[in-house]
Amino acid sequence: MTAAELRRASAQQLRDAYKAGSATAVELLAALYAAIDREDAQLGAWLYLRREEAQAEALAADTRYAAARAEGPAALAALPPLLGIPVALKDLVNLINTPTTAGSRILEGYVSPYDATIATRLKAAGAILLGKTNMDEFAMGSSTEFSAYKKTVNPWARDRVPGGSSGGSAAAVAAFHAPLSIGTDTGGSIRQPASLTGLVGMKPTYGRVSRYGIVAFASSLDQVGPFARTAHDAALLLHAISGRDAHDATSSTEPLDAQLLNLPAGDAAAAGIKGRRFALPKEYFVAGMEPGVEQAVREAVRALEAAGALVEEVSLPATEHALATYYIVAPAEASANLARFDGIRYGASGHGEGNLLDGYLATRGRGFGPEVRRRIMLGTYALSAGYYDAYYVKAQKVRTLIAQDFERVWAAGFDAIVAPTSPQVAWRFGAKMADPISMYLSDACTLPANMAGLPGVSIPCGLSEGLPVGLQLIGRPWSEASLLTIAAGYEALTATAAWRSVEPHDLAALSGGAT
Amino acid sequence: MSKLTRAEVEKVAALARLGLTEAELSKLEGELNLILEQWARLAQVDTSHVAATAQTIVQPMPLRDDTPGPSLPVDEVTRNAPAHVGGLIRVQAILSEEADG
Repeated sequence: MTAAELRRASAQQLRDAYKAGSATAVELLAALYAAIDREDAQLGAWLYLRREEAQAEALAADTRYAAARAEGPAALAALPPLLGIPVALKDLVNLINTPTTAGSRILEGYVSPYDATIATRLKAAGAILLGKTNMDEFAMGSSTEFSAYKKTVNPWARDRVPGGSSGGSAAAVAAFHAPLSIGTDTGGSIRQPASLTGLVGMKPTYGRVSRYGIVAFASSLDQVGPFARTAHDAALLLHAISGRDAHDATSSTEPLDAQLLNLPAGDAAAAGIKGRRFALPKEYFVAGMEPGVEQAVREAVRALEAAGALVEEVSLPATEHALATYYIVAPAEASANLARFDGIRYGASGHGEGNLLDGYLATRGRGFGPEVRRRIMLGTYALSAGYYDAYYVKAQKVRTLIAQDFERVWAAGFDAIVAPTSPQVAWRFGAKMADPISMYLSDACTLPANMAGLPGVSIPCGLSEGLPVGLQLIGRPWSEASLLTIAAGYEALTATAAWRSVEPHDLAALSGGAT
Repeated sequence: MSKLTRAEVEKVAALARLGLTEAELSKLEGELNLILEQWARLAQVDTSHVAATAQTIVQPMPLRDDTPGPSLPVDEVTRNAPAHVGGLIRVQAILSEEADG
């Protein structure tokens, strides 16, 4: 394979090529880092590159493939599915002896003394960890513009945002700097950037993936999940990171679905759409939704119907309160989680002048950026004496209503909800920076699933004004394999659609020509 | 619902240990009040017969076995501290001579 082919290959294709001996992880790694070196000054997806360790991991993977090839097909089949596959990590995943910033100045200089559980699992699976990606500070934002470090552009249009908060992880995979990446999703931070950059991005069921070693934002909502360019690849990565972890009491003992490693492909995948029942919630076609987005989503729904799916409109009436509920619960939890940044044990410090309190005020006043301050203020207020019942407890009750809406859909026998992921395509830099509420509204279609703990996936379903549109599938708890099977079916149905062959428009411009 | 006054904004910032300038506090006062208008709409929702939900996926959360295991070395843990000495993190005095009570 040429360097251009290698960087575009899916994890599945890479695995097949490694097994056949037609490509090596070392060649792939060289192609990816060369692309990053040429393009990231423009793209801004990366905060830290792990070149030496990644090289050692690639060599080790190639050695294992060579030994297994010499031994025979049984040895090749026994190799872990992610062996030699590069993965990018959002910069809130702790990696031993590596900086973790969470996009914040308050963690500048912090070097992690331990690995997050998902990092341990990815290393054990033989994945190559390429480096860390840019993000909105503490995962608070929908455009990655709240990173304290750099601007990440959308490879589809350099003057537009990649979405957020996992914008660096999305941009890296969309720009073919990595076949896979890890994001986190508290209110849409995987699905929304996947939608805006034309990727598959999944938020698993709450509890599916351990959060040990991942910088916390809102602990009753946060989940870790994959970005990929295909449903099959997303399933491979999800499988590798999922499962019970003794270090995270909220991680589930729910067994992993082996189907994740055996999703149907081609005609079999397309045929699997027949007879599926999908609920189309009318409240998700929100005011302010761009007509091109609505059109692409409705066309995707028609394609599912044409393949034999049954689609019925449903009402999820509590949806209209999800935004306000989320913006009480998430900041309240964030204000508690971020209390740990005191400038004493790690990170940037303002201690020294004055007394201890002066040190806290200086550390936190200087260390946190504008959106994080807003959320800490909101959360502290919602939890403060006299307001706790009116805001926080009220929001928790409305949260029950949101969860009950979904439960009615499952009780009625639907396989999944189909909806838009984002009401808009990628917007221009700065368009929402002066107006926090307009930024918050960009997550209106994704945050209800977080409030209910449900799995959701965004998959590409076309272009509007030349920019990617995402179709969101939301499922019942623990239905990730089913959602990704549907996603693979939709991919098969639309395999020859003209929009599938369009590459991000500004890819060549990122390096001034060569790709 | 009530509107946040400047004094309340200052009080919340103090509770949150955020040292902010006058200009930053003024900006936040305006932004927070716009967001509170959104929150206020929740008061209209009838939740008189609804239980509060803290976590929606109800699962057993088994504790891990209480057995000793290796911990991180002390110098690894303290190396990120801005000031540390002899395996201890240096903190400013929390009591002062002027302290009341």
